[in-house]
Amino acid sequence: MKLTMWTYEGPPHVGAMRIAASMTGVHYVLHAPQGDTYADLLFTMIERRQSRPPVTYTTFQARDLAGSTADVFKTACRDAVDRFQPEALLVGASCTAELLQDDPGGLAKTLDVDVPVVALELPSYQKKEAWGAAETFYRLVRHFAGGVSRPSEIAPNSCNILGPTALGFRNRDDVVEIRRLLEEHGLDVRVVAPLGASPADLARLPDAAFNIVLYPEIADVTARWLKKTHGMPFLSTVPIGVQATRAFLAEARAMAGLPAMVDASNEQERSTWYAKSVDSNYLTNKRVFIFGDATHAIAAARIASRELGFKVCGLGTYMREFARDVREAAEQYGIEALITDDHLDVEQAIIAARPELVLGTQMERHIAKRMRVPCAVISAPVHVQDFPARYSPQMGFEGANVIFDAWVHPLMMGLEEHLLQMFRDDFEFNDGAAASHLHETGTAKAPVDAAPIIMPDAVDQPVGWTVEAEKELKKIPFFVRGKARRNTELFAAGKGIQPITVETLYDAKAHFAR
Amino acid sequence: MNQPLPTPCNTGSTIRQRGQHEVFCGLTSIIWLHRKIPDAFFLVVGSRTCAHLIQSAAGVMIFSEPRFATAIMDERDLAGMADMHDELDEVVEKLLERRPEIRMLVLVGSCPSEVIKFDLGRAAERLNARYASRPRVLCYSGSGIETTFTQGEDNFLAALVRGLPGDIRSGRPAQLVVAGSLADVVEDQMARLLADLGIEDVVFLPGRSSDVLAPIGPQTRYVLAQPYLGATAAALESAGARRIDGIFPLGEEGTTAWLQAIATTFGVSASRFEAVTAAPRRRAREATAHYRPWIEGKRIFLFPDSQMEPSLARYLNRELDAEIIEVGSPYLHREHVAGELAMLPPGVSISEGQDVEVQIDRCRAARPDLIVCGMGLANPFEAQGLVTKWSIEFAFTPIQGYEQAGDLAELFARPLMRQGLLSGAASPSRRVAS
Repeated sequence: MKLTMWTYEGPPHVGAMRIAASMTGVHYVLHAPQGDTYADLLFTMIERRQSRPPVTYTTFQARDLAGSTADVFKTACRDAVDRFQPEALLVGASCTAELLQDDPGGLAKTLDVDVPVVALELPSYQKKEAWGAAETFYRLVRHFAGGVSRPSEIAPNSCNILGPTALGFRNRDDVVEIRRLLEEHGLDVRVVAPLGASPADLARLPDAAFNIVLYPEIADVTARWLKKTHGMPFLSTVPIGVQATRAFLAEARAMAGLPAMVDASNEQERSTWYAKSVDSNYLTNKRVFIFGDATHAIAAARIASRELGFKVCGLGTYMREFARDVREAAEQYGIEALITDDHLDVEQAIIAARPELVLGTQMERHIAKRMRVPCAVISAPVHVQDFPARYSPQMGFEGANVIFDAWVHPLMMGLEEHLLQMFRDDFEFNDGAAASHLHETGTAKAPVDAAPIIMPDAVDQPVGWTVEAEKELKKIPFFVRGKARRNTELFAAGKGIQPITVETLYDAKAHFAR
Repeated sequence: MNQPLPTPCNTGSTIRQRGQHEVFCGLTSIIWLHRKIPDAFFLVVGSRTCAHLIQSAAGVMIFSEPRFATAIMDERDLAGMADMHDELDEVVEKLLERRPEIRMLVLVGSCPSEVIKFDLGRAAERLNARYASRPRVLCYSGSGIETTFTQGEDNFLAALVRGLPGDIRSGRPAQLVVAGSLADVVEDQMARLLADLGIEDVVFLPGRSSDVLAPIGPQTRYVLAQPYLGATAAALESAGARRIDGIFPLGEEGTTAWLQAIATTFGVSASRFEAVTAAPRRRAREATAHYRPWIEGKRIFLFPDSQMEPSLARYLNRELDAEIIEVGSPYLHREHVAGELAMLPPGVSISEGQDVEVQIDRCRAARPDLIVCGMGLANPFEAQGLVTKWSIEFAFTPIQGYEQAGDLAELFARPLMRQGLLSGAASPSRRVAS
């Protein structure tokens, strides 16, 4: 038994729903009590889809337990096939139905419905959402692409894109971006799955020369199986960030037998120049804490470190299945990866790492908000606002532009850092002045000294400040004062200094300047 | 599958359906209960699905740290490799270390814990003994195989009544218990009105803190402020309290009738009743009138959600002149809603339970002007050009009482006004002030 207030992942049958909802012609009959129907709103409210996910729940009740829940399941199956006439029927059980041991797969086979049935065994008490999605995709592909034979003549530039799903973080836009890039480079994208694919499309997967795995969490197992069964090679460099996109394109071209690129520049790509430009100087070594799914977290660390000049002070994932990859990535930044699905552990790690920017999921967004640290969301689980109306990919060159904006904007107070240093005595920029866009109500108080940004646990008791030291602290611009106070107190606590004097303040400044 | 049942009221037969139900389970009532009783903490004993449900349904991501959590059972628990009671004790210990301010810990049963017959009552007893009732530990079931949405609150309130410790029974007994959680602002208004009517020793259930509950005895009368409280009513009656029958306090008419039932029981004079209620009644009518032009003559279809649907339909029909096509309710407590059903116009379809697909077919065929439905259905209906109202708002918005009558009307009017704005259509039959 495990105590949790927030959970990064839903149960595995929600992963299966994500696959069903991604595809066309698939219907999922889920043996589940009525409470489980909440999962519909993930698609209709959070993703704002126009249709309900293609799922029929049996919604058995307590009184059914005395009779036959198996009959309830069979009726629901028949009704669903009659009503929706799917090309393929997925059947499975949620956590409660799993306890009833009705065997949906076996029952569905006895029904003689005229539709291929793919039975799912998703152990709810062991596994989670991403695993459930990967397993469901694999089962479907295996079912529809298992018996087919690979054509003898295959165009070498033909490929499939595997992994994008409903509820995935910006997957909808990533697919558009990557498909466009590949086609610009002369590749022929045949099937994108599961997002937008039908069972018939899955049967066509072996007709392409190779596969591209955009989201290993969803498609890694399937790609390996296609390699083993049909000898299809696959490419799994994730094109998030400028450098990774370049590497991705080079690999894709090589796999497609196309000549190497002469000029890898892309005129749409702005993030490299923006990162180099002089007003990005303030980004240098900003401490960034990263947590999310493995794909996005690893990519974020790489971009942060290599493309934006940040310092990665924390990196982790809630996906144990990908712990090894994240650990390897973390080593490159000289830190230890945080592998946990307990958001309280993540909170502790964030406090300890004292970041200036958090890149994470909705959970980290709230942790960061509480600590008054800027934050951008980079990974599922997500909120309705992470399905923006605008085109907002994470992958490819346009994705890199989007990421530059999304990560740098929360730090924009920092952009003013050096300007405000120059204008610190200006009447407009002192901490008593209202925000410049509120000039008419100049008497309004600005949100003064939002600090302490982070109260480190190491500081057991508040450290006292001498009057002079407090006065000196006030001379530091308000937007960095919280950090200065925090660092000084941390320094004083570490050295056992009490009270804090002007001397301590500058000792700490020297210490942290490093 | 859908057989009509005879009902005693004049509304024709009830459609009873089995099939896919598209209603939240009782766990979700934790979302408002934990806000209503700030010193209580709700611990769901369940699966990852339960945790994900509450997180998704509540949009709890807006809270930094909610006052509810899930003890997720895993394979070790089910395989008997670990003693679930020991495991639960450990989880509770961990929780109390983290949140020592908790004064009432509520263990909430879920579908999987019910199916494996995990005895939460025994666990609560043991924990009460262990912590000497600091915090007090209660339990109830919010499982989806037994409860829908608001029935979780019903089970919780029933547990509160049953769990009344003997030692606080020594106080002055309650004259009147108002059962069913109301927003604080509504509760305060009701308390003022009841005080003005001269009724003393009024207790609201649930109270705003976990330890306030006066003794309930044979002299206690109780009135339901919510229509979904069958188990709570039974618990109150077994403690000796007697129910005051009435319709529910929605709209000017509903609130007046509800207060009148109480006033009659306590022998309040007609003149005093008139004096106390005249001004708020006028305000309620005035506020409602602003929105009537948007709703009058509109055809409305209510999907089942909170069991408040019969009261909402009565209000829509009688105070806003809407035409009601179907009133769905996850469950009908025939005795408690008899008054409401009797006030619906003859011929209105009433459905209990649902087969959501069949109900969607009926709804589409009727082409209503407004559909009141759950979150899973709303956007897909909108995508088909139908106008919807999320039913969950009726559980979260203060809508009871005189001062909220206009707000209640606005909840129905807003999607229609919005449709007008976005489609460029003219305003309704009459011009609406501001």
